[in-house]
Amino acid sequence: MWNLLQIELFKISKRPRTYIAFAAIAAIVLIFQFAFKADGESYMNLMMQNIQDNFELDKSKAINGYFMCYIILNTLLIQVPILVTLIAGDAISGEANMGTLRLLLTKPISRTQLLLVKFFASFIFTVVLLIWMAMIALFLSMAIFGVDDMLIFRAKGEESQILQITKDDILWRYFAAFGYAAIALTVIAALSILLSVFAENSIGPIVATVCIVIFFTIVSNLNVPIIDKNVKPFLFTSYLVGWKGFFYIGISDDGQPIKGSIENWGAIRNSLSILLAHIALFLGIAIVSFRKKDILS
Amino acid sequence: MNTILEINHLSKKYNDFTAVDDLSFSVNSGDVYGFLGQNGAGKSTTIRMMLTLIEPTSGEINIFGKPLSKNRYEILSKIGAVVERPDLYKYLTAYENLKLFAQMSNINVTHKLLMDQLDMVGLADRSDSKVKTYSQGMKQRLGIGIALVHNPDLIILDEPTNGLDPQGIADIRNLILKLSTEMGKTVIVSSHLLSEIELIANRMIVIHKGKKIVEGFVKDLLDPSKTLVEIETTDNEFAKSVLKNSAFAPMIEDKNDKLHLTINKSEISTLIKIMVESNVQIIAVTPRHSLEDYFLNLTKTA
Repeated sequence: MWNLLQIELFKISKRPRTYIAFAAIAAIVLIFQFAFKADGESYMNLMMQNIQDNFELDKSKAINGYFMCYIILNTLLIQVPILVTLIAGDAISGEANMGTLRLLLTKPISRTQLLLVKFFASFIFTVVLLIWMAMIALFLSMAIFGVDDMLIFRAKGEESQILQITKDDILWRYFAAFGYAAIALTVIAALSILLSVFAENSIGPIVATVCIVIFFTIVSNLNVPIIDKNVKPFLFTSYLVGWKGFFYIGISDDGQPIKGSIENWGAIRNSLSILLAHIALFLGIAIVSFRKKDILS
Repeated sequence: MNTILEINHLSKKYNDFTAVDDLSFSVNSGDVYGFLGQNGAGKSTTIRMMLTLIEPTSGEINIFGKPLSKNRYEILSKIGAVVERPDLYKYLTAYENLKLFAQMSNINVTHKLLMDQLDMVGLADRSDSKVKTYSQGMKQRLGIGIALVHNPDLIILDEPTNGLDPQGIADIRNLILKLSTEMGKTVIVSSHLLSEIELIANRMIVIHKGKKIVEGFVKDLLDPSKTLVEIETTDNEFAKSVLKNSAFAPMIEDKNDKLHLTINKSEISTLIKIMVESNVQIIAVTPRHSLEDYFLNLTKTA
């Protein structure tokens, strides 16, 4: 299995399309950093226009490396699933399209093994992509903008909330958030691999995955009570942004943030369980389907 | 002689379409076995079933004396195959492609092994070129190199000369002959060209619309003095029992509602005489000319 995984990673590393994702992330992050370096104050004014009358804030300190990373993640973690599908959606269908699937399956390896190897390779790609993101969105931002306490702007029901996290209480939250994002993006990878089993070219599963994610995200963001209760809990897209939970710091009775705390651990655990269940479901269906599939490509 | 591959009553159906219909044949150790049929005859479907790429609807496949369905891993580790086009990873070099597939075959992969293999298929000097720069013939040779790298006992080549120029065809033909004569490998080669099979195979089968037409030694089947005779009677079982007690017994093949015999033209009258004397009610005795004519006729009417 390890041997096969190494082979799969070697193939991924040799393909030019692999690096599109890294280049795209770098380009977007650098544009963000340039824009905030040039005119970050206008963004802060916009964010705080409703509350700046009764809230004293040093805006130059508020725009720091931690804050930058939060803003970038908020934007990018919606687009990154598309980049993950470029690799995962190609897993089986790409081999079928190239004609190499039939050669692979004449070797003494089981179809389950092959599919699991494809899945683990996609997972590793996702993790490496997130590490790359962390390097440029977090560490490069810290180097460019420095570090300080972080402000989080949060819409909670009808209210807007500003949470302040001290600078020595932030880094672990980012590690946890990136870990959560890895699980969330692996759901997308598993879905792509599942769709990839049924296709004989890469475009179909990639487009289908993106369409499903967009459609489910729209439904997840609909504020209709009947959907809130009966549909949203079952959509994996409702949990993709659950990483934000690590930044919702617990507040004491006297209104002070509690260092090292998280407001709702239970919700994060629940979200993770649902995401893992989706991975198992998608992967299970993919394995069963792939084992039965006649290879006609 | 050991039977390496045995196929019994193999069928594959897709809804109402039958791609392979009750096919049975066997391949012996050391054979270069020709698998002949026009395009769409069911050759590739059969080969894919032999390699577990397609699940048979019914029938069984035994390879190296074991059922394929229960011994897939062990059997595939002793088979090398090129199925239809030799599609490879175009963005990798020949060396990388070979190394990657060799590593999947559970063998000790060394640089020397890979270079020797590339040398054998005449690609050692282009080992570092990406496959996307290769001609069809070079890809085919690399595909065969990949099929052979783990020193398999059985080699299955599906239309290996398709799309090649005359020199490429000759190279592949020579390679197959070398595998058989010098290395003692058992090779199954499919083709829609009788002339190709005639040059390399010692035994062959002809299939048409998924069914076996004829099977035997190439030298016998393509003997110009032989004629394929088709016999239709009111009671074929009785006719068969009569002929089984004659010198024609080894030539009888039961084909659904007809009997087939490949015999000399001069023997046809004797054949009829035996049946008439035994009160077999003959409906028709049709000489089908030589196998070559018969095969060409099949191809023309397709």
